[in-house]
Amino acid sequence: MTIPMRPPIAACPACAVVPSAEALAAVATHDASLMLSLPGVHCGACISSVERGLGAMPGVRSARVNLTLKRVAVQADPQVTPQTLIARLAALGYEAHELDPGMLQATEGDAQGRDLLMRLAVAFFAMMNIMLLSVAVWSGAADATRDMFHWISAFIALPTVAFSGQPFFRSAWRALRAGRLAMDVPISLALILATSISVYETTQGGPRAYFDAAVMLTFFLLAGRYLDHRTRAVARSAAQELAALEVPRAVRLRDGVEASVAIADLVADDLVLVRPGGRMPVDGVVMHGSSEIDRSLLTGESLPAWAGTGSVVTVGEVNLTGPLVVRVTAAGRDSSLHRMAELVAMAETARNRYTSLADRAARIYAPGVHLLSFTAFGVWMYLTGGDFRFAINISAAVLIITCPCALGLAVPAVVTAASGKLFRKGLLIKDGTALERLAEVDTVVFDKTGTLTLGMPEPTNLDAHSPEAQAVARALSGASSHPLAMALARAFASMAVLPAAVCDLREVPGYGVEGTWQGQTVRLGRAGWVEATPLDVTATYLAIGTSPAAAFSFADALRPGAAEVVAALLAQGKAVQLISGDVPGAVAALATRLGIATWTAEALPAEKAQAVMALTAAGHRVLMVGDGLNDTAALTAAHVSISPAQALDAARVASDIVLLGTNIAPIAEALRIAVKARRRIKENFAISAAYNVIAVPLALVGLATPLAAAAAMSISSITVSLNALRLK
Amino acid sequence: MEMLVWLIPISLGLGGLGLVAFFWSLKAHQYDDPEGARQRILSDDYDAAPKPMSQDA
Repeated sequence: MTIPMRPPIAACPACAVVPSAEALAAVATHDASLMLSLPGVHCGACISSVERGLGAMPGVRSARVNLTLKRVAVQADPQVTPQTLIARLAALGYEAHELDPGMLQATEGDAQGRDLLMRLAVAFFAMMNIMLLSVAVWSGAADATRDMFHWISAFIALPTVAFSGQPFFRSAWRALRAGRLAMDVPISLALILATSISVYETTQGGPRAYFDAAVMLTFFLLAGRYLDHRTRAVARSAAQELAALEVPRAVRLRDGVEASVAIADLVADDLVLVRPGGRMPVDGVVMHGSSEIDRSLLTGESLPAWAGTGSVVTVGEVNLTGPLVVRVTAAGRDSSLHRMAELVAMAETARNRYTSLADRAARIYAPGVHLLSFTAFGVWMYLTGGDFRFAINISAAVLIITCPCALGLAVPAVVTAASGKLFRKGLLIKDGTALERLAEVDTVVFDKTGTLTLGMPEPTNLDAHSPEAQAVARALSGASSHPLAMALARAFASMAVLPAAVCDLREVPGYGVEGTWQGQTVRLGRAGWVEATPLDVTATYLAIGTSPAAAFSFADALRPGAAEVVAALLAQGKAVQLISGDVPGAVAALATRLGIATWTAEALPAEKAQAVMALTAAGHRVLMVGDGLNDTAALTAAHVSISPAQALDAARVASDIVLLGTNIAPIAEALRIAVKARRRIKENFAISAAYNVIAVPLALVGLATPLAAAAAMSISSITVSLNALRLK
Repeated sequence: MEMLVWLIPISLGLGGLGLVAFFWSLKAHQYDDPEGARQRILSDDYDAAPKPMSQDA
């Protein structure tokens, strides 16, 4: 009754914008659906501030946060780009990453998950109703009443098993056709055998029907299957679709005309224009222009390199200051990116050989169960002198009791609990066996730039300069978009240094900024350009008139949590190493700062991978944490690997776990949780084995009544689930 | 005992009703964001999807 009375003011600010947005939408018929990953949202207040903030932007029709998946879906006009949304969210204090819009369909139509849930609900309904009837039978219903109850149960159980059991039947059939004996084969056999024997017993007016057991089995196993599916679906949708950073298109120059073409269409000797801020789409040689390029994602060097006519550039490098015209030397299959991919492919085979605990258990379990059941059948046939009905009854009871109900729940329940916990801490498990592999890690190898550091420079010696020098540097740095200049400008702004009155400011691409101050030329830029002696650390140099140049040195800003994670890992007794492609000075400084004893500098991509493989060969289990293209081979070669969400697409694909937030500290926590999870999984195996040790002999001697089977199954399933929930 | 002829179909029917209701909620995407639903109940904003158009009038 209160809703119609509610004044329009009470509606969210977004509604005020809606009419104009709708008018726009009427013109532009196509609505863009954008999906952003928001690792930082965690509460109700976050939902409203994100939805209001985005909804108030022009062109945005609606924004809806999914807190479970930590995402926001935005319906907007086509001119709204993900970048503007990300910038708006950053202003609101939320970190956001673009997700592939094609993924929208993938989440909307999580048909498989919905299908499993539907089958689960049917099994639950049937289980409850049959149980109700079975209680009457167990407590002594006899003759006609018992037969009627059995008939009703059969009437409910047959369609249920036929419908809800389909996922198992299908996968068992697939396994059999491929000539394998998977866990689903004994499951399907037990379901079919139990149901058909019960139907036969019912027609004969027999006392034992296993309808309740068959349906309960279906329910518990489906529950395990559903948990398993959900863990995978969440990880898959978010990790793999974090939008690729690689540029899919390039600007080709032909006879002075610019055209945007797909990178795949480029051939050697084409001319390509790369604007400042753009990523090199190909390997090539610079023909015109001068600039500085950031190689950190490829080589780990934190220092931008100068590039001018004749410089060789590699795909993936970022052009920082001036436009460059590049002649293509290698594109597509021949490019260094592709060669890197080959390195990855070689390392990959080692990883695929890992078999999970569950697979190892199933490999012993499935044949064992079959053997036991057939032996029981044979022995009872012999003992009873060919009583087929009795023998097959025993054989079915054995299959039902040993059926891996608890086993099917044991692993998914723990993995779901653990990955949910890690997800809340900002870690996304991409691979099913990653947790188990993580638990075995004893050595952690870090990359430097972009992993332990943010790849963002911070000035270190501002106080060493005179106030005039600071003021001039502030004025000059404000005129450039070079990362070092921007870092300098930011630092001065926070120190409240006022800019000097420098006029005639102009940026010389690839060199620096110059201007005129009190009649003298002032320059801020590369050492050679201002006639200074270069230092061995990252620095930019300021020259005022003819006086000697002053150096502003920089250090890479530490990623939040870097110090904590290293300290925590060392405290856990893991060996920690730093392998970087950067110069020894910078690597040594960071290693000392974080207390890492073993470090390697100037490592090439192949050397990184070799270092990891050497550790593996020495019997260590290596966790590799890296973000760059130069880390991909090492990430793949490692036992398990983690990359930050800001990493290059190739690195994220190569790693098992993606770190969603900026803080790196959760990695230590992940190792701890993984160890606990593995312990829980093993405990769960022990619990279900213990139940079997008690129940199987009973089944073998023919004492397994339907009541005993139902009790054993439900108690063991509930125990393993509760044990999984104990994970802290 | 004759009552069972009525009671069993009734109990099955009521259970079936619950099952149908669950199917409907599943099809209506009510389980897509359990975490969010838990928080949204505390917020005053009208946030059922889709937004009603009449609110702007």
